[in-house]
Amino acid sequence: MSTIIKAINVSKVYHKTTIPVHAVNQLSLSIEEGEFTAIVGPSGCGKTTLLNILGGLDQPTEGRVEVDGTDISIMKDSELIDFRLRNIGFVFQAYNLIPVLTALENVEFIMLLQKRGKKERHDRAMELLERMDIADKANSKPSQLSGGQQQRVAVARALASKPRFILADEPTANLDSSSTNNLLDLMAKMNEEQKATFIFSTHDQRVMDKARRIVTLEDGTIVSDVKR
Amino acid sequence: MQLGSYDRMIENSVRFYTGYIQIHKEGYWKDKVIDNSFIYDPEKLSAVNQLKGVQTFVPRLESFALSSFKSQTKGALVMGVDPGREDELTRVKSKLIDGNYLQANEEGILISQGLANYLKISVADTLVLLGQGYHGANAAGLFPVRGIVKFAMPQQNNQLVYMSLQKAQWFYAADQLITSIALVIDDPDDAQRITGQIKNIFRGDAYEVMDWKELVPDLVQSIELDNISGKVMLWILYLVIGFGMFGTYLMMTAERQYEFGVMISVGMKRIQLQTIVLLEITMMTALGVLAGITLSLPALTYFHFNPIYFGEEAAKAIENFGVEAVYAFSLDPVIFTNQAYAIFIMAIVLAGYPIWSIRKMKPVESMRP
Repeated sequence: MSTIIKAINVSKVYHKTTIPVHAVNQLSLSIEEGEFTAIVGPSGCGKTTLLNILGGLDQPTEGRVEVDGTDISIMKDSELIDFRLRNIGFVFQAYNLIPVLTALENVEFIMLLQKRGKKERHDRAMELLERMDIADKANSKPSQLSGGQQQRVAVARALASKPRFILADEPTANLDSSSTNNLLDLMAKMNEEQKATFIFSTHDQRVMDKARRIVTLEDGTIVSDVKR
Repeated sequence: MQLGSYDRMIENSVRFYTGYIQIHKEGYWKDKVIDNSFIYDPEKLSAVNQLKGVQTFVPRLESFALSSFKSQTKGALVMGVDPGREDELTRVKSKLIDGNYLQANEEGILISQGLANYLKISVADTLVLLGQGYHGANAAGLFPVRGIVKFAMPQQNNQLVYMSLQKAQWFYAADQLITSIALVIDDPDDAQRITGQIKNIFRGDAYEVMDWKELVPDLVQSIELDNISGKVMLWILYLVIGFGMFGTYLMMTAERQYEFGVMISVGMKRIQLQTIVLLEITMMTALGVLAGITLSLPALTYFHFNPIYFGEEAAKAIENFGVEAVYAFSLDPVIFTNQAYAIFIMAIVLAGYPIWSIRKMKPVESMRP
């Protein structure tokens, strides 16, 4: 398996009222293609900051991040946006579906930004909704869906652009137990069947139980990295 | 409403009195004496009448005289007119409140209501007029009152006496002479163009051709002066609307920070997001403008055809300033389009804030709870 993401000596320092806070501190990490990785640790340990840096949403203060050998730390804003569109899928804690669009249209939206054809968009969106067991809700608006259903649509949306990897920031934080298990099963299935690479930040033990690699952070540094 | 009232004032002064263009003997406008009268040239007037936009022309012989009835006397402006043509310009027939309108070569006169009230004269009474005729001749005559007309403008209502042109020429010993020719034109905005063309026709001759802005400069100036207060109010209103719109954009931008952050995170280019926001603002503004026009139009239309007249005491006070005591409403489409443009320009300028905000937005910070 090839390395998709390589973080090399990455640091992120915030200056809160001139006192420097090291959110991520000299961290190095490699993610291989097809991994199902959970980044865990207590609140404030730097999970979300690391995820943002890996996803090109935030720039490291020091070090660099390579995706498929390309250094994204030096990319311009417009290049990064295009890079994210073509290479990275995002799943957010609060789902963040566009409320005026149906589930199908939300999934198609990313492909629309990628300027893909109408038929291709529709077929791919329907295929993903079917895989996520939510095809029957294709024409429902987000307000008509439960939290679990919305998050499944969000995962379908993240997969729609055929990204190199998917970053999920606490994807189960707002879900009940049944929805969490359902979502994790579906994501694990996508990981196995489609070799989709997932990187989660989470507190959730159920996510950790499903993960095949657990990276534990403390004070912005990796304190353990366990593959199972 | 303010512009509607101005239109009404102009209409009363110009449309119902001076006409939009006048032709005189050179020097008449500065020294309005009957000696500055002229014999009009039918050939040249025929050429004027054929100009595009000219409806008709109205010859007049005007001068002042002392009017008297029993023990009352008052200065009067005597207008010798062609009754048929004059009605085309001033619709004076419609202002008749008592008696009958003048006939051609009529012996009698029409008297304005204010003057009639002052002299305490009624229809069928005889008015004495005394004055100075052409080249110092004595002008004196007795004229039966055929009718009483009421004008909106107090200056007209308190001093006008109408008689037939032939009778006025006889009274002032000014046979074949007139002091002015007023023109009726299709569109007041064409007055300047037509004035230029008439000047070409009368080039080299001792005539002066004036458009309505030159004929009533005091009215134009007083409207311009009064309009300053209107413009100040309008700018204050724009300021209030502008702050209202800016507040809306500010809220919209603040409330959608998270959404914008997500959109940019997942790969939407900033320029795409800015375009969408600009489109939203344009559509909202268009809807607002259309709703405003739709909601205001019925009320404006009603008041345009049913202007608000002041009560008796207030009316008297206002008429003392020489203004008709009425709130008139304009339906000029230019007013609506100008306001629509103003709102659109404000919307586009103020849209700079959300567009700038999207440009400067950091998705990570925007998505932070």
